[in-house]
Amino acid sequence: MKLPLSWIKEFAPVQESGREVAQALINAGLEVESVDTLGEGIHGTLVIGRVLEIEELTEFKKPIRWCQVDIGTQIRGIVCGASNFSVGEHVVVAEPGVTLPGDFTITSRETYGHVSDGMICSERELGLGPDHAGIMVLSGVEPGQNANELLGIGDQVLDIAITPDRGYALSVRGIAREVATAFGVDLRDPASHFEPELGAPKTGTTPRDCVIDDFSACELLTLRTIYGFNPDALTPRYMVARLQASGMRSISLAVDVTNYVMLELGQPTHAFDLDKLEGAVRVRRVESGEKLETLDHVERILSPRDTVIADSSGPIALAGTMGGFATEIDENTTNIAIEAAFFPASTVAGNSRRHKISSEASRRFERGVDRELAPVASARVCALLIEHGGGIYAGMSAVESPMSETVIEFDLDLSTRTAGMTIDHATVIEKLDAIGATHEPRGPGTLLVTPASWRPDLTQPADLVEEVVRLVGYEKLPSTLPSAPAGRGLTFEQRTRRRVGNLLAGRGVHEILAYPFIGSADLDALRFPESDPRRSSPTLINPLSELAPKMRSTLLPGLLSVAARNVGRGENDLALYEIGSVFLGGVNKSELDPGVESKPSDHAWVDMQQALPAQPEHLGAVFCGAVESAGVWGSPRLASWRDSLDAVIAVADELGIALEIRSGSDPSFHPGRCAQVMLVGAGDVIGFAGELHPSIVEYWNLPKRSCAAEVDLTKLMSAARRSTVAPAFSNSPLAKEDLAFVVERGYPATEVEAVIREATGDLLEAIRLFDVYEGDQIPSSHKSLAYSLRLRSEGHTLSAEQLHNLRDRIISLVAERVGGTLR
Amino acid sequence: MSSESVDEMVVEAIAAFCSASDLESLKVARLTHFGDRSEISLANREIGALPPAAKAEVGKRIGEAKARVKEALESREAELTQIRDNEVLLSEKVDVSVPVDRLKRGARHPLTTLMERLCDVFIAMGYEIAEGPELELEWANFDALNFPKDHPARLMQDTFFVESPDSGVVLRTHTSPIQVRAMLERELPIYVVAPGRVFRTDELDATHTPVFHQIEGLAVDKGLSMADLRGTLNHLAHVMFGPQIDIRWRPSFFPFTEPSAEVDLKCFVCLGDSSAVGCRACGGEGWIEWGGCGMVNPKVLRAVGIDPDVYSGFAFGMGIERTLMFRSGVSDMRDMVEGDIRFTGAFGLEA
Repeated sequence: MKLPLSWIKEFAPVQESGREVAQALINAGLEVESVDTLGEGIHGTLVIGRVLEIEELTEFKKPIRWCQVDIGTQIRGIVCGASNFSVGEHVVVAEPGVTLPGDFTITSRETYGHVSDGMICSERELGLGPDHAGIMVLSGVEPGQNANELLGIGDQVLDIAITPDRGYALSVRGIAREVATAFGVDLRDPASHFEPELGAPKTGTTPRDCVIDDFSACELLTLRTIYGFNPDALTPRYMVARLQASGMRSISLAVDVTNYVMLELGQPTHAFDLDKLEGAVRVRRVESGEKLETLDHVERILSPRDTVIADSSGPIALAGTMGGFATEIDENTTNIAIEAAFFPASTVAGNSRRHKISSEASRRFERGVDRELAPVASARVCALLIEHGGGIYAGMSAVESPMSETVIEFDLDLSTRTAGMTIDHATVIEKLDAIGATHEPRGPGTLLVTPASWRPDLTQPADLVEEVVRLVGYEKLPSTLPSAPAGRGLTFEQRTRRRVGNLLAGRGVHEILAYPFIGSADLDALRFPESDPRRSSPTLINPLSELAPKMRSTLLPGLLSVAARNVGRGENDLALYEIGSVFLGGVNKSELDPGVESKPSDHAWVDMQQALPAQPEHLGAVFCGAVESAGVWGSPRLASWRDSLDAVIAVADELGIALEIRSGSDPSFHPGRCAQVMLVGAGDVIGFAGELHPSIVEYWNLPKRSCAAEVDLTKLMSAARRSTVAPAFSNSPLAKEDLAFVVERGYPATEVEAVIREATGDLLEAIRLFDVYEGDQIPSSHKSLAYSLRLRSEGHTLSAEQLHNLRDRIISLVAERVGGTLR
Repeated sequence: MSSESVDEMVVEAIAAFCSASDLESLKVARLTHFGDRSEISLANREIGALPPAAKAEVGKRIGEAKARVKEALESREAELTQIRDNEVLLSEKVDVSVPVDRLKRGARHPLTTLMERLCDVFIAMGYEIAEGPELELEWANFDALNFPKDHPARLMQDTFFVESPDSGVVLRTHTSPIQVRAMLERELPIYVVAPGRVFRTDELDATHTPVFHQIEGLAVDKGLSMADLRGTLNHLAHVMFGPQIDIRWRPSFFPFTEPSAEVDLKCFVCLGDSSAVGCRACGGEGWIEWGGCGMVNPKVLRAVGIDPDVYSGFAFGMGIERTLMFRSGVSDMRDMVEGDIRFTGAFGLEA
């Protein structure tokens, strides 16, 4: 909200500059986003001129005018390139010697064949607004008048952001109250004197009736009536200037006055053309099938939950949100009804949300308007209308429900306890007075506090504490450190995420944090069949992109997209990983609402969470191009399925988990180079690793034979070894034995190894497959697996005979179990 | 064992040592002439079998011979070692300035490591790390945190809704629902921080991202005050940014805290000197917005079954992206989102 400083100072008589006022407001909790000076850069006095003659110069490429302008003291000839003004109209003239924004000093100079003796100004040239379309044409002014004063040049404008609890601050009145409090001056509350100013209605006239059907939707409705208003009356210049400085356009006197009063007091009002109303004005709920064309020319189908203002013809305004088109003021309106009401925040919030209208009025009602303000504001509106547009005041009709006052029992020491510094009782009471609260003693150290009518946000002691402490000044708060009980440090899972991250980064992999949104194109590209459970993850109803409306069920699309981005930027050799949640299954909509008055039972809390889909944590990785660089040592080593599988195994090793690796068949992977990962002894597959399917590599434009892995980290962590028992090992001499077996080609190496382990027993310290051979020297459809064994016994040296027997035992067991022969 | 034959052994040994051209051949010569099976060693062993009269003389002779051989061996060994060190090893000299980075370097994302760093500061103060799901109950994200239904504060959160507007499940808009979970599930007193990823329907640009990270703090205990909160955040600012970087509070509004404050950091470039015209980091304000904080609203405590007359609490939340921007001079939010390894790689294992 933008407000000119001069307007604020009208009610809070302080001398400080805009910057100083802004700082005081910031300290009071209002966010001042900027302080600008109107017409900053203008030096000298602008004057009002009346256009006497216009000669159109047609010999140039663009239309040019040669004008004679009366500026009161003399007549100046001025060349002008705009043509939106006519003879007899009043314009703003910068005489030679005046400097405009941009350090542009006006001089008398020859142009287009004439000596132009000054400049006729547009809004933009003066730095007053964006309008460059034409010259400013003013009404209600005289030649020779000081235009700086009329335009508010030199006034400062504060742009203030208001938090949702501070509805009262959406007005000059509210801001002036904060300024007056901050600088310790008396507020001249504008709300205190307008009603007497308007005076009594003219005898013999009667106002239009008004009715409230439902007091839960509207607590107070007033309607003041004016007859004989002059529709041609002009908005006074000061009002136009203030509205413009506040970011509003001048439209007509009637509309301008309602806007002006809303800015001044914070109370929205609405002017109806009385002659377009049929019967009494009524606030009511919508009846089925009703529609309303609002001021923005949109025909709105009303919901039964909406609240409207209606006459006997039907709805004429969406309550507190926007007026209707059919009953609006127009250029012929002479009889006016001014409606001002108090709508509870929930009424307007609902209207506003259902119809997606955020208006100046709705913003104020949603944040809370002063319940007592409606008649005051409408009196102000009527007084201004009659002052500037004439007419007869015909009185007010009003209905209201009894006001429910909030009374807070307030411990005078609570501010001290909450702040952690002493705030004595006198100070507390002084600050309560400053926010307009009334209070009476309740008992020793306790008050009964009634907040001001414009502070509906104050409902509990903590709210009053905030007011007291912010007015004392947050900068006065001391710094102390609480002593938390001794903590237990990170959890196993928290430590494990760090271990996994450090391990992978140490292996040359970079972490990414991709957005968790995917679309069906990703799932198609990953070749997931229709039945794949990864196709059913929760869908957002308002996604960032219609192409990615679903929550990810796999980390692969994010990894592949980020890989593709890096490749696109010229980095082909990449290893990336991500640790993050995936989302499986749908939302189980639940009707459970435990409210907020008390804690949900443990049982209800568990039940409520059934609504959430499974969100396991996954670890994913992708490997593209070289994993070892080319260099003086030779060629690069390209990523292969082994690298992606080894990343998974390395993580499992770190977590003390034995994995079972089998040939897998995930559709996203090369069918012959995909490992499925299982926990030993558990049946379910917890992930895949291998070379990506070529069509996926192509879809994401990645280097050929890129590889990937994805495992369920939640499951890995739950299987992880929580503590390590130190191994016992022998220092007896080591014996080495190499053995190669010829087995059928399809036979998994791990099973041959398992047989060797069984035959060797405790003597085996380590076994490693060091060569796989297929070729001429062995039968076709067979392969040779060469193992290197490290053997050691506890406490003595293995004898040649022991070794010989052991070798025989291995050979016969491999023959028996696998049908393998020693090569 | 004549003195001639002993001398001969000595001469032969010395000649062999002298003709050894490197340490390897000297080792061979040593085994031949001074090893266990060398003539001189065999002769030495035979002394025991001699008659007592001869023992002393022969023993002396062989002892002197051994000493001469040993001296010759050592002197030649010293010569050859010096030759090796001076010539041979030098001839094997390599250019150590050539690249050796065959293995690629990896890195963790600076947002991850920065969150860990923040957590560690709190772990050191006795806090624990709490967690919660990204798809969250609307009740925990809003209702229990005193966001009334239809209240502008709720609408201001730019929420991603899931499945339907009334499904009761949203992408969490802040880490604050973890407060609710912590208060429902943990024993009092509670001192926790909760880092995490949060979601709002902003478009990605240089200063906004729809998916970002926060760290939430919550303490609920008897007698906690705003001064405790201020001290805690001051400590955090000093640890993260240096002892000269103080914080400032401005009154503000959050539904789940009362009183509430915005937390600003003293600008690390101009150090709060508001006369510093055109400070690019803070736009001349002297302070930079960091996060929000306040005392836990009694309505929130009631919604999770904690008696606000007995316990009080404080809570705070900081943006991790913003924190990284200050600490590391990141000027464009997109750098933290896109996953370009040139960005991530610069941070290594700690942000």
